Amino acid sequence: MESTLRIALIYPDLLGTYGDRGNALVLAHRARARGITAEVIEVDARSSIPESCDIYLLGGGEDAAQVAAAEGLMLAKATIERSIEAGSAIFAVCAGFQLLGNSYAAADGSELQGIALLDMVTTAGSDRIIGEVVIEPAQASGLPLLTGFENHGGRTLLGPGEAPLGRVIAGRGNGNGVDGVLRDGVIGTYLHGPALARNPALADYLISYTTRISLEPLTDDLVEQYRAERLAYASLTGANLKRATRRLHRG
Amino acid sequence: MSRARSQAAITVGRLAGWASRITGRGAGTQVGGRIMLAIDPGLLTKLGSQDRVICVSATNGKTTTTRLIADILRAAEIDVVTNHTGANMASGVTGALAAPHKPSVAVLEVDERWLTHVVDPLSPELLVFGNLSRDQLDRSGEVNAIVKRWRTITEADPTRHVIANSSDPHVVYASLPARVTWVALGIPWIHDATTCPQCSELLTWSDEGFKCSACTFCEPKADYRLDGEYFIAGERRIHLDLSIPGTWNLMNAALAATVAEAHFEIPAEVAIKAMSTVEVVSGRFSKHRLDDGREARVILAKNPAGWTEVLNWLNGRDAGVVVAVNAHIADGRDTSWLYDVNFEALQGLSVVASGERALDVAVRLRYAGVECIVETDPLKAALAAGGKEVDIIASYTQFTHLTKRFW
Repeated sequence: MESTLRIALIYPDLLGTYGDRGNALVLAHRARARGITAEVIEVDARSSIPESCDIYLLGGGEDAAQVAAAEGLMLAKATIERSIEAGSAIFAVCAGFQLLGNSYAAADGSELQGIALLDMVTTAGSDRIIGEVVIEPAQASGLPLLTGFENHGGRTLLGPGEAPLGRVIAGRGNGNGVDGVLRDGVIGTYLHGPALARNPALADYLISYTTRISLEPLTDDLVEQYRAERLAYASLTGANLKRATRRLHRG
Repeated sequence: MSRARSQAAITVGRLAGWASRITGRGAGTQVGGRIMLAIDPGLLTKLGSQDRVICVSATNGKTTTTRLIADILRAAEIDVVTNHTGANMASGVTGALAAPHKPSVAVLEVDERWLTHVVDPLSPELLVFGNLSRDQLDRSGEVNAIVKRWRTITEADPTRHVIANSSDPHVVYASLPARVTWVALGIPWIHDATTCPQCSELLTWSDEGFKCSACTFCEPKADYRLDGEYFIAGERRIHLDLSIPGTWNLMNAALAATVAEAHFEIPAEVAIKAMSTVEVVSGRFSKHRLDDGREARVILAKNPAGWTEVLNWLNGRDAGVVVAVNAHIADGRDTSWLYDVNFEALQGLSVVASGERALDVAVRLRYAGVECIVETDPLKAALAAGGKEVDIIASYTQFTHLTKRFW
């Protein structure tokens, strides 16, 4: 990687409906706190997606905006694949996450083509999934419990070669007991909030993946207090977090 | 039979409203109206035929615009009936219209999500459309869904008069099928208007306004417009001399002045004079003395567009700032919108994160580079804030709770 961490915020004007810009702020903040210079590059809908960024961020968007974003992403597919090959990370939320798959559902329920970076399909659900979410990531990822808020109509089914980001403890995620996808430096999820503001460990995961630097621990008491409050809230609202909360302070 | 049923509905509903009022639960219009509609679902249609009805809707500013229009009409000695703040869904509107009154002009604030439910039975002669942007996405869905619902209303009756903000692409698309008077109010927040509401291709923005990159959709030529603090009507340039603060209230006032002149033939000059004395609208902008003697002003801001305007207004004031946020149903349960607000503008001010979701606010401010303290109680927070005076910017339920505590 070059000396500066380059964070590309892809199409904030199309894929930025749920405060997704916040993820770029958190990445830059946590990189700088470790002495890594960071730059956020905003790529609007009329611009082409640059190669050689270290982390690509895709956010949530409305139906029409998602279709417009798909066109641009389709053109940039080769660029994105080369970047991943070279060690870049991708963090994609909600509509952005769906676009990485083989197909997703249009507003009228019809099937539209994704960029097929990952083997997964998203179909329209019978209801909209809205509320607080808690995800328990796979042990091997080293990630602590993840907290977020979800608001989407899609149901995402992963292909046999793909692994989810984690198991759903509260909320519904992909709609089948798991949430998102995790393949090396590519992470997809239904968590907004924004997700990295609520889960700094996830931000660190992306930074260390792409920089190959083992980051010094950085605990922010305010953020930890916030996480504890959100996780406690989700457990009060019906989720069985007893076993899972033991892992709360691990990360 | 049907008349008897309507009468029974009104009587029972009023009783319930009265009970709600004397037990201090609320103004009583909402609960009364709900009961009336349960007994006689056709009641709203009957009530609507007794008055001339105009409906005002928008994401931001509908309460204030409604109040300003009502005050203009009253000053012109027109009898007015109107709904109380918050009572802006079908039940609240029913409660307001069922109150005893002589035939009047009903000036009704209607929740943007409920517009079809109110317009269908009431068949208003005028619709007033201010702006549409993201707000409570967990509850109302995304903006385009609301635009589509509004559009079905104008398509159903193209002869109806609509007064609409020509600067807002969503409002323009929703209004186009009707007989429209356009007023260019400007648009503080364009981040929900990236794609064309007509064909979904990208919109382009320039000094001439918006234009679709693919189809014919573009900003219409305005009949009236807002230019800084001036309302422009043809050759006339009239100063908007208001007691309520902020650019957003200039927009509300320009919209109300257009309604006065284009629909009621009340000259804008007369309308603006009638609005000049309004200081507080349902607790909005009200000032209160804190225990330490300083003055605190309470402002409602509940979404990115509203906050954008409030931040512009705060800029340059020597005031402490309390950001008080809840996430109940009426606020939107999702706080991610905090990251759509440019809180970086508060750097260097004395800021307190407050409300039930004070931690969401504090974490957001941390990433905005704004130092803050955390105090969940907004009144204690106001006392903890520095500055010669304090501005308390509150989300919806924080705002209503605060104004109750102050009064």
